Amino acid sequence: MREIKKARLILEDGTVFEGKSFGYDSSTAGEVVFNTAMTGYPESLTDPSYEGQILVTTYPILGNYGVPPCREKDDVSEYYESEHIHCKAIVAQDYSWDHSHWQADRSLADWLKEEKIVGVYGIDTRGLTKHLREHGSMLGKIIVDGADDVPFYDPNAENLVAKVSCKRVEVHGEGLKTVVLVDCGVKHNIIRCLTRRGVKVIRVPWDYDFTSIPYDGLFISNGPGNPDMAEKTVDNIKKAIEIGKPICGICMGNQLLSKAAGAKTYKLSYGHRSHNQPVRRVGTEKCYITSQNHGFAVDNSSLPADWEPLFINMNDGTNEGIRHKTKPFFSAQFHPEASSGPKDTEFLFDEFINML
Amino acid sequence: MNKDSIKKVLLLGSGALKIGEAGEFDYSGSQALKAMKEEGIETVLINPNIATVQTSDGFADKIYFLPVTPYFVEKVIEKERPEGIMLAFGGQTALNCGVALYESGVLDKYDVKVLGTPVRAIMDTEDRELFVKKLDQINVKTIKSEAVSTVHDAISAANALGYPVIVRAAYALGGLGSGFCDDEQQLVALVEKALAFSPQVLVEKSLKGWKEVEYEVVRDRFDNCITVCNMENFDPLGIHTGESIVVAPSQTLSNEDYHYLRKLAIKIIRHIGIVGECNVQYAFDPSSMDYRVIEVNARLSRSSALASKATGYPLAFVAAKLGLGYGLFDLKNSVTKETSAFFEPALDYIVVKIPRWDLGKFHGVKREIGSSMKSVGEVMSIGRTFEEAIQKGLRMIGQGMHGFVENKEIKIADIDRALKEPTDKRIFVISKAMRGGYSVERIHELTKIDRWFLYKLYNIVMTADEMETYNDLSQLPATLLRQAKEQGFSDFQIARALHKEGLTDVEGAVAEIRGLRKSLGIVPVVKQIDTLAAEYPAMTNYLYLTYNGTADDVNYLHDHRSIVVLGSGAYRIGSSVEFDWCSVNALMTVKREGWRSVMINYNPETVSTDYDMCDRLYFDELTYERVMDILDLEQPHGVILSVGGQIPNNLATRLDDAGVPILGTSAKSIDNAEDRHKFSAMLDRIGVDQPRWRELTSFDDINKFIDEVGFPVLVRPSYVLSGAAMNVCSNNEELERFLRLAANVSKQHPVVVTEFIQNAKEIEMDAVAQNGEIKVYAISEHIEFAGVHSGDATIQFPPQKLYVETIRRIKKVSQKIAKALDISGPFNIQFLAKNNDIKVIECNLRASRSFPFVSKVLKLNFIDIATRVMLGHDVEKPHKNAFDLDYVGIKASQFSFSRLQGADPVLGVDMSSTGEVGCIGADTDEAILKAMLSVGMRIPSKGKGVLLSTGTAKQKAAMLDAAHELHNSGYSLYATGGTHQFLTDNGIPAIKVYWPSQPDMQPQALSLLHDKAIDLVVNIPKNLSETELTNGYRIRRAAIDLNVPLLTNARLASAFINAFTHMSVDDIEIRSWDEY
Repeated sequence: MREIKKARLILEDGTVFEGKSFGYDSSTAGEVVFNTAMTGYPESLTDPSYEGQILVTTYPILGNYGVPPCREKDDVSEYYESEHIHCKAIVAQDYSWDHSHWQADRSLADWLKEEKIVGVYGIDTRGLTKHLREHGSMLGKIIVDGADDVPFYDPNAENLVAKVSCKRVEVHGEGLKTVVLVDCGVKHNIIRCLTRRGVKVIRVPWDYDFTSIPYDGLFISNGPGNPDMAEKTVDNIKKAIEIGKPICGICMGNQLLSKAAGAKTYKLSYGHRSHNQPVRRVGTEKCYITSQNHGFAVDNSSLPADWEPLFINMNDGTNEGIRHKTKPFFSAQFHPEASSGPKDTEFLFDEFINML
Repeated sequence: MNKDSIKKVLLLGSGALKIGEAGEFDYSGSQALKAMKEEGIETVLINPNIATVQTSDGFADKIYFLPVTPYFVEKVIEKERPEGIMLAFGGQTALNCGVALYESGVLDKYDVKVLGTPVRAIMDTEDRELFVKKLDQINVKTIKSEAVSTVHDAISAANALGYPVIVRAAYALGGLGSGFCDDEQQLVALVEKALAFSPQVLVEKSLKGWKEVEYEVVRDRFDNCITVCNMENFDPLGIHTGESIVVAPSQTLSNEDYHYLRKLAIKIIRHIGIVGECNVQYAFDPSSMDYRVIEVNARLSRSSALASKATGYPLAFVAAKLGLGYGLFDLKNSVTKETSAFFEPALDYIVVKIPRWDLGKFHGVKREIGSSMKSVGEVMSIGRTFEEAIQKGLRMIGQGMHGFVENKEIKIADIDRALKEPTDKRIFVISKAMRGGYSVERIHELTKIDRWFLYKLYNIVMTADEMETYNDLSQLPATLLRQAKEQGFSDFQIARALHKEGLTDVEGAVAEIRGLRKSLGIVPVVKQIDTLAAEYPAMTNYLYLTYNGTADDVNYLHDHRSIVVLGSGAYRIGSSVEFDWCSVNALMTVKREGWRSVMINYNPETVSTDYDMCDRLYFDELTYERVMDILDLEQPHGVILSVGGQIPNNLATRLDDAGVPILGTSAKSIDNAEDRHKFSAMLDRIGVDQPRWRELTSFDDINKFIDEVGFPVLVRPSYVLSGAAMNVCSNNEELERFLRLAANVSKQHPVVVTEFIQNAKEIEMDAVAQNGEIKVYAISEHIEFAGVHSGDATIQFPPQKLYVETIRRIKKVSQKIAKALDISGPFNIQFLAKNNDIKVIECNLRASRSFPFVSKVLKLNFIDIATRVMLGHDVEKPHKNAFDLDYVGIKASQFSFSRLQGADPVLGVDMSSTGEVGCIGADTDEAILKAMLSVGMRIPSKGKGVLLSTGTAKQKAAMLDAAHELHNSGYSLYATGGTHQFLTDNGIPAIKVYWPSQPDMQPQALSLLHDKAIDLVVNIPKNLSETELTNGYRIRRAAIDLNVPLLTNARLASAFINAFTHMSVDDIEIRSWDEY
């Protein structure tokens, strides 16, 4: 028989949820967020945007198809979105101890243990999600039986972008055109989506002054936490706007481009984390299902006159992208690179490449 | 297209329920009608299925109870002149009819626009060759297949592809005429049969063992696409999706797999040009990302109904709006009312669909399941673990199983073989194998079912094993008890695990567990289905119960304003859409009278499980345990048990014992009517006659009783319910054969033997009483003599051939019974009548199958009246009388023998029809013609042959007039020996043909059928002797397999023949319901 330890998830408002540990038997703390995606836990766990967060999956059954091997292909992870897990913990209703998939080389539990990440099941994640929805995202900690207590930890007080960004300049792929990719915590599929389109990608740290290198286009990646922490990136983007070469951004990239343009961002009460967010391209009848993972948003009303919203969320009307009215600058709040999630907006990469 | 230019739309229904095309189309049609009503569009509906909700008052503006065939649809178009037509909501029947009307130019002629997916696109998906070509254009892989139209070409194609191959008939619903062939012999047999239904047959390479995955895709005319749901079959490819357990969402696909197939699905429907909804079915390699597209259904389907219920996304409603020209961005999510309809539901639960078979009802049918559909219904269960959902579902099926384990032991001679060649018992064979020590790996090898499902099932077995180490509830650890409940164990299963063979006081043991659980706080919680996994607030009333959770989603007011209506469960032979109609009407009345209407039901094919039909919907079990869980939460004013058929009715006594307020007739009265002995004693007491019967436990006693009453007798083993395994025996040989085959007579298993009155009329009394006084009633007569199950019989209302005296006596006796049982609510009594003598055969204190039929023909809603009675309102007797009607209603039965390979298509005391229609005509002839054409009968072409074998002397005589009519109308009559002699003696020329048992003689009946010389077969079995059955069986089966109309009852055959020889189809009046 498997020995299963009890684990408690304690929220900062004192609410306690009792569950069982299936990952690394330790205690941990972070910001508790929920994601309503029904697939894609290997991708989410390795998504740098989840840095410092305790990920609650509303889909109740977790671990069904195990975990694909940890391998590199063309300098990036073959199946993951970064080299390691960024979440502090993952929480579900039910865990599949036995997995089944031809690509899997180990179970989710084994992977979590390897990476010393906490996993909890047996928690009413719908109840927990409703609690977060009503009270907003909040801090939480998980105490596994027998492990020491830990203090609450607020990742948003830290510069998470600096934490997850690459530390030196790297080059990916080959091509006649050069794209500078500002790594605020880039998902590897963004790199794959760019190199697959035959461009050379120069991946630079978040605070790197890329204006010193010649490039045909600038790409600002996704990343975790509060965009206010990445002022240095914003300053560099301001310079890029002056240069006038095509600019594209995703998620954090959308927020940073907006800030560089002069707009404001704010924290959503519980963020968008799912595979089913509907967006509409402003002024058209074109709608897309998108993959999203963000806790902050751009304030549409704060956009300067020469900028306009490019996409709008069809559920709550929040900003889902911006563009410059005349110049080749645009960005998306959602994830056209998907991984995980629907791939309906991958064409945005083509739109960017065509501008170069 | 401008949505404002459409003012009047014709919607085609799917007709009678049949295997492969069932209640799901009542749901989709009703939703489409609602969507159009909201737009102020005038709607015209053609659907002969009178028991449906969509053919009720208030759904469509005009309703035609006519066959959904090109001929009649054109007539209606000519009369109504609609601007648009919707083809996607009535299954394959409506789609095929629409394609035919398009091809013949009728739609153009009357300028009728097809709303939604264009006909061209439909044809691209229906014709396999066009379909493959179309997908080749975008490099999407399909299953390599060869379209052939002769047996010879099929053989060459199969040789080229290599066996095993699969054979499919084009333009066929639910995989009709499809199957796997391992060699040439199997191929020839199957192709010959398939070609009888379809001009084109496809031979394909088999991909047995691949996963089967479906996506439900929606597209608007602006090219916006969403996939509302995906689903994965538990069984690998090779078993028709209608025969497979299905889960939603997929469980074994990685994110990459999921979105790879999703993206392909969108690419496909964009290329085909769907506007509305369709499903894409894939075969998916379990060990790579290789795939094949199996098919695309360019219409609402069984899967889309399931997807709607599984997600809360109203697919049919949205599809109808898109057909009118809306964009998805125009529409709101009908659950949240705030967020957009352009989104993909996020589920925070798992849904399991399980098919329900009734193969035990048929003689000779093969039990193996495969690429052709045989199931007659399905259930959907919802849970937050797979273990919970599957165990709930297995109980919902309602065939005596309690879940995956702790069932009555099934006998399997060869488990390996049973795993390899699945039957309707497949899941229980897996259970037995696991209990018998088979490893997951071994079962996977034999079944190719993904290991993930098997691991999960194994978890259930392990929990059962662990519980079985305890013998006493007091020793059972609370954590184990909780774990069992989280894995969907019922209290009964737990009781059996503890008490094993010693479980005798079931109710006591179960009550003890329930009590302990409650004291430990191990109780289920209520969760909402809100389409967005709680991301946005939703006021949804769509609920289920689970043990995997700690917080209720509903705040109960405990104001005692709820009225709980128990639904009818899975569709099966004997209980289908008619009880859904009753349930829905009860809900509507409850609501209208100012109460909170609450529904419990778990059938995804129904309208009653639409969350906008009631104030609160519990999509959950109708077991005593779960109903009590819900009543504990609801604390209702009362519960209605009498509109959902036998399942709720059977709960009456236990619920009453638990102190539940049952509305209407008391549980004690229900028991007095249900219990054969009590009921019989009561009839004797009030002086009402009944056929003599006795419950007997030995052959000797049976023989003694038969000496008293004489043959024939009706024999039924008492431990089976609702008429199953009944038979009429006319002599000793038959009696012994039947008792040997069907019933082990013993003290434990007594047999009920009833005298059988020949050539008696059977009469139905449907009524509503209040405090024992009949308020409204309808008397209808069967066309067939007694002996044909009332669910299979053709029923006429108002009666046309009953003596006034008979009717008077029936009213009097019914009133006596109503009084004696103090009935308050709906009830039905079946009578036998011969020479004004009437005898009661059965009485049910609930709504019957014929309630919607009589309500609609009389235009008096019996359920509305019954519900008001049960709510305690004083109900006035309506001033309306069946004698005032200047028209006739005929209810005819739909059979699905063509799907049930090997089954003997003969009617008897056991019910075998899968659906019914009800048509109205100026007289019997017109009504019967409409009804028979609606259930798929065809009028034989002039000059073609009719094959007669008309049974006993009496039956032959009964058929004589009809034979005359046929001859006079210019049909060539073919007849077997005795019938030929009889016809010749009576001066009717006929060609003598020979039985299959006389292979040396010519002409052979079977050859004539194969040569298509025969357009109608009337084959009436004389008796149940071995040779008679074999000979007749081969002819009847050949007729079914070759798609030649078959009649097996002399009275019905006469009525139909009289109708089509007296009048032609052109004489049929095209009148809508309100024009009668």
